[in-house]
Order: sequence, then C-alpha cells, then structure tokens
Amino acid sequence: MIDLRNYNSLGAVLRAAVESWPQEICLIEADRERESARLTYSEFDKLSQQRASALQEEGFGAGSRAAILMMNQSKWLISAYAVFLRGGVLVPLDYKLLANEQIQLLRHSKAEMLFTEFHIWRAVSEADNFGQLKLKRIIVTDASANADLMGAIRWEDFRAEGTAEFVARERGDVACIVYSSGTGGRPKGCMLTHDNYLEQCVALTSLFPFRPGVRYLSILPTNHAIDFMVGFIGPFVCGATVVHLRTLRPEYIREAFTRYHITYMSLVPLALKNLERGLRQRIAESPAHRRLLLRLLTGINRALTKNRPRPRLSRFLLPDIHRAFGGELLAFFIGGAFTEPATLQFFYDLGIPVANGYGCTEAGTAITLNDLHPFRADTVGKPLPGMEVRIVNADAEGIGEVAVRSRTVMSHYLEEPEMTAETIRDGWLYTGDLGRFEPAGHLQLLGRKRNMIVTAEGKNIYPEDIENAFDSLPVKDFCVFAENFLWPRNELSGEKLVLVLHPETDRPIPSSVLEEAAARNRALVPYKRVSDYLAWDRDFPRTASMKIKREALAEEIRARLGRDSLVAI
Amino acid sequence: MRTLDQTTEEILALAAQQFKVARATLAPTDDFFKTLQIDSLQALDLLTRLEHHFHIELPDYELQGVTDFHTLAKRIQSRL
Repeated sequence: MIDLRNYNSLGAVLRAAVESWPQEICLIEADRERESARLTYSEFDKLSQQRASALQEEGFGAGSRAAILMMNQSKWLISAYAVFLRGGVLVPLDYKLLANEQIQLLRHSKAEMLFTEFHIWRAVSEADNFGQLKLKRIIVTDASANADLMGAIRWEDFRAEGTAEFVARERGDVACIVYSSGTGGRPKGCMLTHDNYLEQCVALTSLFPFRPGVRYLSILPTNHAIDFMVGFIGPFVCGATVVHLRTLRPEYIREAFTRYHITYMSLVPLALKNLERGLRQRIAESPAHRRLLLRLLTGINRALTKNRPRPRLSRFLLPDIHRAFGGELLAFFIGGAFTEPATLQFFYDLGIPVANGYGCTEAGTAITLNDLHPFRADTVGKPLPGMEVRIVNADAEGIGEVAVRSRTVMSHYLEEPEMTAETIRDGWLYTGDLGRFEPAGHLQLLGRKRNMIVTAEGKNIYPEDIENAFDSLPVKDFCVFAENFLWPRNELSGEKLVLVLHPETDRPIPSSVLEEAAARNRALVPYKRVSDYLAWDRDFPRTASMKIKREALAEEIRARLGRDSLVAI
Repeated sequence: MRTLDQTTEEILALAAQQFKVARATLAPTDDFFKTLQIDSLQALDLLTRLEHHFHIELPDYELQGVTDFHTLAKRIQSRL
C-alpha cells in the first residue's frame, strides 16, 4: 500500500498508484454476461491523461469544478482521476435523483463541466428547469451514432494527446462537494478536503488492508461516500481491482461473485436482505438430510469462529455456500442504514463476516466499524483510528447524541454558514443520531434526534424535502414528520414518514382530499413516500415569518395523540 | 408481434407466478411495489425474468420511475 502520509492530494496519491502497479488490473466492467472493459493501472492512467489534457485545453485548473452524473462504470473513475490531476474539485451526483433535482444541484455546486451518460443527459434536457443550467462543457458517454447530443460532446471526442500538466493541491483544499441529502430548499453540499479523504483512507485500510489481487465488487453508487472511498480510493492506493456491473440485478450480482472471485463488497441492508432471502430459499428447497447437515456444520463454524473469522476453515466446512460466493470472499461491508442483527448473524454463522459500520458524509464516510475481533451483530463497531467519538447529554441509560471529532470531518456546507455552525461546534460534528457506548467500547445506535429517516437502501430522507409534493393540497395545513420524531423510541428498524393533515373544516378529512394525497404520494419515488397520515384539528404553531415550528407541533401532537392515530395512506 | 394488451397480460402472469400471488389479484394499473409487496431489488429480479421471457435487454434505467405494470409493458413493447 502507498504510504499516504507522503502525499497531499487525491490526485497525487492516485498518480503514485498508477506508477506503482502499472500492469495490475485496476478496473473490470461487465454488462450481463459480457465483459465490456478490463484496464490495467497503466491503461487507466493513459485514458485519464487524455481527458485531463482536454480539461487543460478548456482552461480547467486548480479549484475548477466538474460534476459526474453516471452509473458505476470505468469512465466514472477515469473522469474523476482526470479532474484530480488538474487540481479540480469533483462534484459526484446521484444518478437516481430526478432530472430537475440534478439540475438544481448542478447549479448549486457551480460546476462548469459535466461528465454524464447519454440517457441521463437526455432526461436532464427534458426537465422544466433545463434552461437554468449553465455549463461550459458537457461530455456524454454511451451515445448512439446518430443521437442528438443537445449541446454535449462525446466522451470519445473529449481527449487530447500528451501528458496533462499535474496541478498540485494542499491537504486543506476542497477535493469534493458531496450532497449528503436535501434538494428542497437547502441542498447540503459537504465540502470534503483532500486531508479528509486521505485520513479516512488511512483509518479504513488499517482495519481492512487491500492488496494487488483483491477484487472489490462496486455496486453502491460511486457518488455515495462509501463507494467513493471503498470502491475507488481505497482499492487504488493498494493496487487492488474494482469490478463494475452495468446491470445491478441480483442475478448478475450473484454471478459476478463466481466469475470474478470477489474478495469484498459494500452494500446496504436492502441488498443484504435480498441475498439472505435467496440463500434461505435455496436452503429450504434442498433435501431434508442436507438441511440437517448444513445446520450441524453451521453450528460448528459458529463455535470455531466465535473470536475471529477463519475464512479457510469456513470454506472447508461449508463449501457449497462459499462456492456460490466465488470461494474467495473475505467480508461484506455494510453501513448507511440500520441492519437487523439477525441478518448479520445469519451470514457470520455461514462464515461470511459482515463488517457493520456507521458514518455520514459529513464525517468523510465511516466513523465506526466492526473489526470482527470478535464479530458483534448488535453494534456498529468501535471508533476507527483517529476518530474521537463521544455521547452528548447522555441520559440515565447512557444514551445521547453521537458527536465526532477527527481530521475526516468536512470543512463546511457549501454556502450554508448557519447550517455549518449548527452542525460543527467547537470542532465536534453533531450527527443527530442517538447512541451509547457499551462496556467493550462498541457503539450502539438507538434512534435519531433529527426529523429524518434512513431507508433500507441507505437513503437519508428529510421530510421538508418531500413536502412540496403535497403543495396546494386542499387542506388548511399539512406537514411531514418522521414517525420516530413524533414518538421517539430507542430503535432504528422500520422507520417511516407521516403526513399530518389539518382539514379546512372541523369535519373529518374528505375522501377526495385523501385520494388526492395518496395520488401525490404515489408520484414520489417509492423510498420517499409517506406511509400514513394523521388527522390534526388545530392550527400549526408558526414563527413570525410563518414557518412551521416543527418541534412545537411535534410536542403538541405527542401530548394528545399516539401511534394508534395513524392511518395508512 | 404481440399487442400491448398481450404483453401486459404476460407480464401480469409472470409477476403472479414469481411472487406467488393469484393472477386475478393483479391489474395493469397496479403499483407493483405495493400490490406485490416487493422492494426495488425484487422488482429488478422480475425485470430479469421478463428479459428472458421476451428475449430483450432492458437497461436498469428504463425501470427508473416505473411503478405500474402498464407503463412497464409499454417500455417492453417498444423493444419487441
């Protein structure tokens, strides 16, 4: 692994990586059964240099901003490296957002260049607010020969020969603007520095060192903090290989394990649950004597791996299970949302450790991670090296808000000094999550202080961001809350959103209004939908500027109504 | 060449079979996430099965924003 202490920027460390392992494979890209790309570090460097030279010709240099709006693929990483070589600031955007939201974030970030895929660009160009977009250059991949590029140029044509002039950056310079959530009124653009990333990389690789020959399957979006670190920077500074799939169907993910002999993969609880469901189904369909044997061997494996994972032993005891995962899998990483301990235990007992962690974009990815010595299904692990974590205002049970101080904590939110001051106080990042330390020093997460939820797909949903879906609903007032914000409980499973409706009259809410609300709800992407509504018969408390006093309203609701007042929408 | 109605009917039958529900409980305008009680990954599994059945390839992004059988049928029909 490259000694990161000797470098000041992501560009410099990636440049050292391509020089260190020129003939190792850094990227494999597959689409269904077909392999569409396989690049050595040297080839990756050449393709990136061509784009960096083209950026240089455009006058792109230190501090210039370029956005990437792509699904996981080799050109994502090639573009990112080109931007870093030129000393630019990268703006990784979520390809799953709606086009008008993507435009809003492109404008907010003040990106001047955009690397994207043709189908995404087509959707962006059809959005109502497309006219507001001001970009100097748009580069599209995957465009067919006769496609109308709508002002963009092809990836293949955006290249210049020669080696681009490398632009050095300092550790404190901003490397990326990452939107942690929020497209409503206040996008949260986390300004993450080169120092943040390099320190995070040191911390993670100290627990899980990659090396040449390790193959990491990248299925979480690379714009997401976890995959950017564990599916790009981490493997590259260790000479490992990243595998991208253009089709993220469970069937092809399962096939990738055996075809590419995957060593590590990060995933969100929803995907882990899907794998569990598939495995359980296969086990249930096997003959009774095999099920009995599996139960016996799983019990032996559990007993023998109690203190630490023993991959070779587990593969010997449970060969069929491990063959289905390619035979070389060492661990899954999971984070971004609550994972049921029973699911984590299920995999561990089969000899497939799941390193459960906790973090947030503002903290530069991970804050805690289970080091598997021993495996714990009921915690999110201990603080990573270099992280100071404390519990603020702990109650009698030791539960309070989780705060973190480390060199990985972001610099600030873009153009949001007030929000920055609320979030980072005296050098401590206040996460808004509730937790406690148990005697062995592991962190347990037990709820949220903030009005928000995290879905099983790892999406942070802020109620304020989806309220505009219900604008002009024929009611006197409406408001969206996280159910657990209205009625706090020390648990993170099954989080959901609630629509509070205050009708025009004292009578029950008319069915036409409820039907309209349900229709508006259906128009939202599934993970943003509210689950229930709550009828409320009093005026909402408001500030002088007529903003809803959410905490006061939540308190009033809590005092008069319980969860049993909720009605499915 | 199938008609859109035939395509829709075949999708409904395959979805019913895959998720073990009665075909009669499914209608073209149903939100399949809700009716079948499935998550986004299970919907992608269904898409793979539909690709095999109709002998087509549908990029994942074609399913983005699609939540009802009828719209799904239209996307598939355009590639037949």
